Amino acid sequence: MNLLDTTRSALRSLRANKLRSGLTTLGIIIGVAAVITMLAVGEGASRLVAEQLKSLGSNTMVIFPGTVTASGVRLGAGSRNTLTEADAAAIAAEVPRVLAAGPGLRGTAQLVHGNLNWSSQVFGVTPDYLAAREWRVARGRTLDENDIRGGAKVALVGQTVADMLFGGTDPTGQVIRVKNVPFTIVGLLAAKGQNMMGQDQDDVVLLPISTARGRIIGQAQGRLRTVGHVYVKMADGADMTEAEAGVRELLRQRHRLQPDQDDDFNIRNLSEVVEAEQAASGALSGLLAAVAGVSLLVGGIGIMNIMLVSVTERTREIGIRLAVGARQRDILAQFLTEAVILSLIGAVAGIALGLASAEALAHFAGWPIVLQAHAVLLAVASASVVGIFFGWWPARKAARLSPIEALRYE
Amino acid sequence: MPDLTDGDALIQVTDLARDYRLGEVTVRALRGVSLAIGRGEFVAVMGPSGSGKSTFMNLLGGLDRPSAGRYLLDGEDVTRLDPDRLAALRNRAIGFVFQSFNLLPRVTAEENVELPLIYARVPAAERHRRAREQLARVGLAERAHHLPRQLSGGQQQRVAIARALVNEPPLILADEPTGALDSRTSLELMALLQGLNDAGITIVLVTHEHDIAEFAHRVITFRDGRIVEDRPVESPARAANLLEAS
Repeated sequence: MNLLDTTRSALRSLRANKLRSGLTTLGIIIGVAAVITMLAVGEGASRLVAEQLKSLGSNTMVIFPGTVTASGVRLGAGSRNTLTEADAAAIAAEVPRVLAAGPGLRGTAQLVHGNLNWSSQVFGVTPDYLAAREWRVARGRTLDENDIRGGAKVALVGQTVADMLFGGTDPTGQVIRVKNVPFTIVGLLAAKGQNMMGQDQDDVVLLPISTARGRIIGQAQGRLRTVGHVYVKMADGADMTEAEAGVRELLRQRHRLQPDQDDDFNIRNLSEVVEAEQAASGALSGLLAAVAGVSLLVGGIGIMNIMLVSVTERTREIGIRLAVGARQRDILAQFLTEAVILSLIGAVAGIALGLASAEALAHFAGWPIVLQAHAVLLAVASASVVGIFFGWWPARKAARLSPIEALRYE
Repeated sequence: MPDLTDGDALIQVTDLARDYRLGEVTVRALRGVSLAIGRGEFVAVMGPSGSGKSTFMNLLGGLDRPSAGRYLLDGEDVTRLDPDRLAALRNRAIGFVFQSFNLLPRVTAEENVELPLIYARVPAAERHRRAREQLARVGLAERAHHLPRQLSGGQQQRVAIARALVNEPPLILADEPTGALDSRTSLELMALLQGLNDAGITIVLVTHEHDIAEFAHRVITFRDGRIVEDRPVESPARAANLLEAS
């Protein structure tokens, strides 16, 4: 019996029991649809996480001044101002594969515009810092070297600050007072949304580091020009462990630390956070897919169940076929084909349903959905495997029937 | 009646035995049967139920395997064939006709007749042609596209005969083919079988009706798993003549 005849005959038997075939297929349809939808949801979620991480800057590290132990008393992080603007410049110049390294100061200040006021984070930054943190302007201009050198009283504001003080109107060209010092807003930052800790990254005011130092954010103005932290962005694909080691070595050298002395700075590598987040979202996707896989498995058991019923019902047919010359493998092929056809029909309908429900989730629930070709292939492949796996046993049972007993079966 | 040692026998059976194990009990359905059936013979097998005649037919048809003994069909030792070759033998060399017709209920007469050809891997166009040819031979050319349930019992049995004939086997095994038919239809069927026998096909027919057995050339009677009588019929009745007379 060739494949065409087998397929035709299988389709005929399935058509003879339309309702039963339909219900059996429904199990597979739901399973496949669930796999596709869950993979789309999982992938959407992990892409979202990846994007959020990207906005944070995945291949970045932050260097903070270290702790100080004075007479056995350990003071907190940043208790000694060991980091300087020169350190940041040296990192940019000497550590391989650094894209940007910028010094920054950070504080909190009350902002006033007209009769409105708002407390916000204030950063003293340099153009390098903006580059390292990927802070771009949506409107107006960014800060440049002239602003730094001249200690200009200019500011960039985040979206939230603009909303709070200017009610959504264009803030560029307006003047705000930061700790009573008037600053002209030259640019509005592009929105970054929340960071992973849920903090609003748009609730910021950025000032030239030279202007902020001392007047806005208390920090020694001496020759050393110490900074609160240094933000470092590495080139894509750079080895963060290696980069961290490079920065550490450079800073120890610059700070003239002896081998037995502890670092007087801390390096925080965000790639660890990123990895943890990605692992979490990967685990979520895996879990969703596993749940969907279980429903596909249940669908497969439905197929096996109905194929067993079908084999029993058609015992006599099997006997007739064996009597006129069907070999065991012909019978096996016949029932296996039926099971696989049921699964494949289920797969095709399940793909349609899965795509539709993924679209519906994206459209009505606003979930981030990413449909992938390989998810569809995976669903079809697993449906075929389910058909073969769960069709095998009933088909083998049919093929092993003794011709006489099958013919005598009532 | 051919000699048992006749080298030209189509069927040559020696000491054929078949035991069934039913739990602790062993049922000896067939206790050593030897006989030869020549080409072109028309043999009726008779005997009460439990006599072993059905077991014997199953063994002749390659549907079952003997516990002991030898069975040569057309010179080939059937008892040594593996299941696939046995299937091929049933397909090629034996046509079955059953009491309950055993047609596939959901396919047309023509497709039922094609069934052995499908397993013989005959291409579709030739299958259709040969199935039509055999349906015409049994007088059902017009009914090729009817389903079994749209046909009378006699017509269904003729479809079954067409199916048995379609691979042109030398042997037809008929297991009470008239058992489900009225007497006139039985006569028509016997006329058809006698016609096939006239054309050279060997026929072995199981029946419990004496008047049906009288259409054969030879009647073999089984009892308790053994042959108790093997007699020739001097002048077999001609079913076609009886039909004309009635």
